[in-house]
Amino acid sequence: MTEKKIRVVHYLNQFFGNIGGEDKAGQPPISKDGAVGPAMGLQQAMGDKGEVVGTVICGDNYFNENTAEAKKQILELIRKYSPDVVVAGPAFNAGRYGMACGETGKAVVQGLGIPVVSGMYNENPGVDASKLAVYIVPTADSAADMRNALPKMAALALKLGRGEDLGTPQEEGYIPQGRRVTVFSDRIGSTRAVEMLMKRFNGEPFETELPMPEFDRVEPAPPVKDMTKANIALVCTGGIMPAGNPDRIESASATKYGRYSIAGLDDFLPEDYETIHGGYDPVYANQDPDRILPLDVLRDMQKEGIIGKVHDYFYTTVGTGTSVANSMRFGQEIGKQLKEEGVDAVILTST
Amino acid sequence: MRLELGKIRIRSAAFGNETCIREGKLWIDKEGLVALLKEDPRVREVEVDLAKPGDKTRIIPVKDVIQPRVKVTGKGQGFPGLTTRMETVGDGRTHALENVAVVTTGRIVGFQEGIIDMWGPGAQYTPFSKTINVVVTIEPVEGLKEHQHEECVRLAGLKAGSYIGQAAREIEPDEIQVFELGTITGNAKKYPQLPKVVYIEMLISQGLLHDTYIYGVDSKKILPTLIHPNEILDGAVVSGNCVAACDKITTFQHLNNSVVLDLYKRHGKDLNFLGVILTNENVTLDGKLRACGYATNIAKMLGADGAIISEEGYGNPDTDLMMNCRLLEDAGIKTVLITDECAGRDGSSQSLADCVQQAKAIVTTGNVSALVVLPPAEKIIGRAEAIANLAGGYDGSLAADGRITCELNAIIGSTSEIGYHNVTTKLY
Repeated sequence: MTEKKIRVVHYLNQFFGNIGGEDKAGQPPISKDGAVGPAMGLQQAMGDKGEVVGTVICGDNYFNENTAEAKKQILELIRKYSPDVVVAGPAFNAGRYGMACGETGKAVVQGLGIPVVSGMYNENPGVDASKLAVYIVPTADSAADMRNALPKMAALALKLGRGEDLGTPQEEGYIPQGRRVTVFSDRIGSTRAVEMLMKRFNGEPFETELPMPEFDRVEPAPPVKDMTKANIALVCTGGIMPAGNPDRIESASATKYGRYSIAGLDDFLPEDYETIHGGYDPVYANQDPDRILPLDVLRDMQKEGIIGKVHDYFYTTVGTGTSVANSMRFGQEIGKQLKEEGVDAVILTST
Repeated sequence: MRLELGKIRIRSAAFGNETCIREGKLWIDKEGLVALLKEDPRVREVEVDLAKPGDKTRIIPVKDVIQPRVKVTGKGQGFPGLTTRMETVGDGRTHALENVAVVTTGRIVGFQEGIIDMWGPGAQYTPFSKTINVVVTIEPVEGLKEHQHEECVRLAGLKAGSYIGQAAREIEPDEIQVFELGTITGNAKKYPQLPKVVYIEMLISQGLLHDTYIYGVDSKKILPTLIHPNEILDGAVVSGNCVAACDKITTFQHLNNSVVLDLYKRHGKDLNFLGVILTNENVTLDGKLRACGYATNIAKMLGADGAIISEEGYGNPDTDLMMNCRLLEDAGIKTVLITDECAGRDGSSQSLADCVQQAKAIVTTGNVSALVVLPPAEKIIGRAEAIANLAGGYDGSLAADGRITCELNAIIGSTSEIGYHNVTTKLY
């Protein structure tokens, strides 16, 4: 039985695509059937297991100055070859080329559902921009490393083209993507834990399964100068929502937050608001949602002139199980909107 | 304290006129079981179903899982302090049905109840796809408040476990495991060269659906306490929670606590197992400082060289886990932590809500947010639409054809932080 040849499209910049140097960096995307430049080396490395069916070439300046349009054009050129896998670069330490390889790669993965392999020097900005979507072989910082890089990229491309799952970055030789992937161990967790403890006792090397992350420290904002004029917003992670949870925010592991008007509202009444939070006893919050988000007390303070006003909108989500990445995104988006809406300070409640 | 645990392997199960075991087959008197559970006036309806490994059956929403057992000799029947007269347990002979579990389901009480798929891709994520499940659906009377509803369903599950367990009383076990630890001072003399290890088991204790009971005592009201591991293996600790299904410790898992079993296996050979410190997970900073400091002091008094710490739940309890770790390590006690991760659906987020640099030895039991697709079931026990509200599910989780897309969060026991299952993560 002969194996099906894997169809590969290779993406290159104007220089490696034999169009020209810096003077041709404005070249819009074009395609050429078959292999051009490094794609010939790739072809050689794949042997008869794969075939470079087309090469797509785009000038680095054109790409970086017209990114959205360039991506659309490139995707169209790639699509017509119906490849099993796309290879981009290697870009070594060339920043604009790295960004073009990474952004093109991401667009191909997301837009066409086709896996992408690239090659870059570790510090190329294209690495951080695309490593979650694109498998990137680490290379040296200059094209002198071409002969090393292409066979590694070819091996990964063939595997991905065949639809095989890749092993870990260490096993397969690509830059770690920073993804925690769910796998099955040959031993249950408790057995691994006791083994790890024994290694610690015996002074043997051991590998933690979860290295500690670096935590950000957020500097507190300066105090509000005059509370009697301040516009105070309510924000919470305690899951207080208008009854019925109109935006269908998740009861754990939230991927979104809600923004709701409380203009003219003096009190969160239990028939109109509820908690959807799956991480604490909801009974008392549902009896009186102000226990989580104290609108009633703030309105009193507004009437008494202690604060200027209560902001017309509150922002709310669920904290339990919500990833730090999503929390950071919510925080940045909400913070930006609050600033635009002229809020001076926020009461942020959790549960 | 010496516990003989007689295991009786069950190969098949069916409903019959009496509850008994014949040649490895379990017969269940369904009417007798229903009548027993309906003695509680809060129970309106009871259904009993069987789900076997390989059946295209989905059980949802699952509240608790209980192993059927009976005390043959020695003190204490069932779950003392909750379903039976108070006596301490851990001594004598107990018979347990292997490969069988009671699973409770019914109208959802809170958001954090789970799924068991008996076949297909879902089955590999839960240890309870491999047991013959006696599924008890409890519908309470109208107007029952949440706290009462939870208690009513919890007790019904425990009673059902004991009811079926009675069938094992006269049966000759296929295997007898003996758990005997001796005294702490005696072991120190007997094994002077072995490192002394304590197990610190953190129990969720945050209110309705987030409580655990020790001999009927609500664990949020305790100071950390030293307990003989045999008592845990014999019914002293009961789950009263549905904290995210993936990492709640079901009553079945308390009875078969895998850290206890693994430490017992090495006791007297590689290590000296001192015992278990049960501690809680508090919602206030004072509570955390009190419990973590107190647990550390017990470990120091015992002269522990090392500790395994297991968490229950995620997020807020990450702070208790890290505080325990920091205090123990700073006291010179080597730790290994067992936790799961909230790394987001694509696995690219930072995993824990808190961390300390002392936590350098961690076992991870999986990313609770990893997405899984569960194909349509032929039979649903419970309510499929509950997935939209379960932790790990979302609006749109349930497709028109019955397929469910959800996070591991929703699958019972998938990321067990007592290390009961084999799911883990690797950094890609």
